[in-house]
Amino acid sequence: MTDNTAQTPAGPVLAADGRPLKASLNRALRAQKIRALLLIAPLLLFILITFILPIADMLFRSVENQIVRETLPRTVAAMEAWENHEEAPGEDVYAGLYIDLFEAAEFRRHTRVGSRLNYEMTGISSLFRQAGRGVGRFDTDLYTDQFTDLDTAWADYATWTGLMGDSAIRAALPETADSFDTWVRITIEANDDDPAEENIEDFVYFSLYRDLAGNGYSGSNALLSTAAEAVSSFDSLSIRDQFEELDEDWLNPELMETIWVYSPSYTPGYFLTAIDMQLSADGITAQPEDRQIYVTLFGRTLFMSLVIMGSCVLLGYPIAFLLANLPMRISNVLMILVLLPFWTSLLVRTSAWKVLLQQQGVINDILVWIGMVPDDARLQLINNQTGTIIAMTHILLPFMILPLYSVMQTIPPSYVRAAKSLGATDWTAFWRVYFPQSIPGIGAGCILVFILAIGYYITPELVGGRTGTFISNRIAYHISSSLNWGLAAALGSILLGVVLILYWIYDRIVGIDNVKLG
Amino acid sequence: MKLKTALMLTSGAVMTASMAHADAHMANSMTLVSWGGAYQASQVNAYSAPYQAMHEGLEVIWDESSAEAVARLRAMNEAGNITWDLVDVVAADAMRLCDEGLAMEIDHDEVLAPAPDGTPASEDFGDLIVSDCFIPQIVYSTTFGYRTDVEAWGGNTPDDICDVFDLETFPGQRSLERRPIGNMEWALMCSGVAQEDVYDVLETEEGIAQAFAMLDTIADSTVWWTAGADTPQLLADGEVVFGSTYNGRLFSLIEEQDQPVAMMWDAQVFDLDGWIIPEGLPEDRLARVLDFVRFATDTQRLADQAAYISYGPGRASSAPLVGQHAELGIDMAPHMPTDPANATRTFLFNYEWWADYRDDMDARFQAWLSQ
Repeated sequence: MTDNTAQTPAGPVLAADGRPLKASLNRALRAQKIRALLLIAPLLLFILITFILPIADMLFRSVENQIVRETLPRTVAAMEAWENHEEAPGEDVYAGLYIDLFEAAEFRRHTRVGSRLNYEMTGISSLFRQAGRGVGRFDTDLYTDQFTDLDTAWADYATWTGLMGDSAIRAALPETADSFDTWVRITIEANDDDPAEENIEDFVYFSLYRDLAGNGYSGSNALLSTAAEAVSSFDSLSIRDQFEELDEDWLNPELMETIWVYSPSYTPGYFLTAIDMQLSADGITAQPEDRQIYVTLFGRTLFMSLVIMGSCVLLGYPIAFLLANLPMRISNVLMILVLLPFWTSLLVRTSAWKVLLQQQGVINDILVWIGMVPDDARLQLINNQTGTIIAMTHILLPFMILPLYSVMQTIPPSYVRAAKSLGATDWTAFWRVYFPQSIPGIGAGCILVFILAIGYYITPELVGGRTGTFISNRIAYHISSSLNWGLAAALGSILLGVVLILYWIYDRIVGIDNVKLG
Repeated sequence: MKLKTALMLTSGAVMTASMAHADAHMANSMTLVSWGGAYQASQVNAYSAPYQAMHEGLEVIWDESSAEAVARLRAMNEAGNITWDLVDVVAADAMRLCDEGLAMEIDHDEVLAPAPDGTPASEDFGDLIVSDCFIPQIVYSTTFGYRTDVEAWGGNTPDDICDVFDLETFPGQRSLERRPIGNMEWALMCSGVAQEDVYDVLETEEGIAQAFAMLDTIADSTVWWTAGADTPQLLADGEVVFGSTYNGRLFSLIEEQDQPVAMMWDAQVFDLDGWIIPEGLPEDRLARVLDFVRFATDTQRLADQAAYISYGPGRASSAPLVGQHAELGIDMAPHMPTDPANATRTFLFNYEWWADYRDDMDARFQAWLSQ
């Protein structure tokens, strides 16, 4: 409206205060919008902080893998030049690894990356733990002694700060500059000492030797020029051999390949593990058969949730029908019977089922007593799928009955009476008239029960035994026991994805508008 | 780090100073984390109650979260808010926490009291100090209990670990823990592998297959437990006739609740439990915890704990002081897993090996279970 008016040649319509009507209107609306936003702001913030952010964090963790690159930066950089992956890499990679591990051990980070890589290759955990102590005992003091023998100034912290303050020298000796900085950082941050009072660590001299022996030195610094000439006659050692001496597994190409494959900051590795695949040197392959478990568990979780949902419909529908159609006095009592277990603790109900269902339990005792089952072949009703289905159906039943009941209450009884008066049998009147009207209730109940069931944790854990556990039990295990949070996040993300897809399919087939909670 | 060194110095000084003076530096509340149940009760009786009696106005909060201590401490560390002061964990978890830098490394001789005869703490605890962060308390074991009233057994009683796998002589349901640790070792030993070779064999594919083949023979008659209280309950209900659990749980089932159950100690797996101090505590709380832990792990306190629960004290010097059960009045020594009569054939949980193989073996074990 305002647009049309504004286009008239007479110019913009003015409001009472002389400003254009359009601007004035916008202003009034904006104030209203801000007020509305402020009203919902607490809720919005609450949802953002307690729901959206954790989910985003979880999705992020499932691909995040910065630990390898952050802890072993020099190793990963040197690996760029590693060509033949059939054989262990050369000296440069191990030189980087030496300094990386030294630094990581001082900051106590080496075992973390060890546990991370141990998820991918068994044995890395202890290799890294052992190397944390081992790299400090490498024979690299050989270089320290030779440099200080050449000129005692090399043992002097002041000499070093003088050299490292010069940007030309830093550029000529890149590894040395990096190692020296690292050493200063370790001394100050990890050990809380004053670098001026500490002996410079062997790895700094090791880097100095590598720089001078590798690139020489053409600058004007006398100390460095002398050293550059002298290094050719120095005794040297292979850092790769030092690693081999520490543990020959360090020269295993498969180990180095694992570090390389998991060096990017983001990895699909967790997601692949979550679908029984693995990211290895040969690309993406299937897990060995005796380690495949997650696809089975996802399948089982979906199947059992469907069965539980189905049992809830079968058991809940007649009850809801009774509740909706009996006189108020009786239906109120029935309603309490439905709600009472709903208000009882989940653990109590699950434990109660344990008492009822176990082989020496109430149900088996009764069956044996009436002679339906022989005493030496009591039924196995718990610690398997049957147990989980029975207990979870009972626990989730109110979530089916309540939406069904509230939908059924809105169905006018006159429709069924009308059908009957027009000659329909009881069954036809129910099936053709009543049932279609109750479908929105079934839909709502099914979605509620299914989505609750798919993420259920405590009941399957307690009564599931070998075959009745869900994927959520593995997620919980990886969160609290194995500490493989990345894998737990990937499994959780997949579960979330599956639920969203099923919801979408449901919407396409049944239509989400057909769901009523009352 | 500077803070920590300073703290160690302060706390050292504090310990030599008078108690009244010491209290001024210390927090008036501490949060201890343990496992709940009879075990935590024994800690309250032997450690925290006497300590509170000595320090009026000190509030001690117990949190029963030890089972997920590693995950919780990691989360607290990421959030930058450590709410726990002292955490009771098994040795394997202590090593992991130490590895991750979540637990404080300590000098055992400096932090812990020497034995009454002056032996330094590190010698008194000896090999039980499996990690620089770990302050040992007890030795416990995972072992078997069986019902003594099974008619089908014809009067036989199991006395060998392989009887667990012998369904002919000892028919009936078993209960085993739902994890590979322990079960794999037992299965291999009973399929003809010598005890000293068990871990070498488990490193091979054939060895793993052999262990699973052995477990297959009883898989259909086994209930898999996850909580230490499961087996005692299952045994009491008659739901299983033979099951593994922690020896202290079986002690209370047999002696305190008087159930028709007996112990089978053969091939018990020793494990350790102890304290760790979370890394990064503020000064006053750290001072309080160091003071408490010095008291709670001295020779007498560790011996006192054994009056409430049948776990062996971590100090060598505590063993001669172990007396009688506080309520039942029976001698506790014969119920200790470390008693010579019980410890004829034992395993020590191989931490190093399981640290490497846990992820892989667990994936295989769970895959095997869910077949």
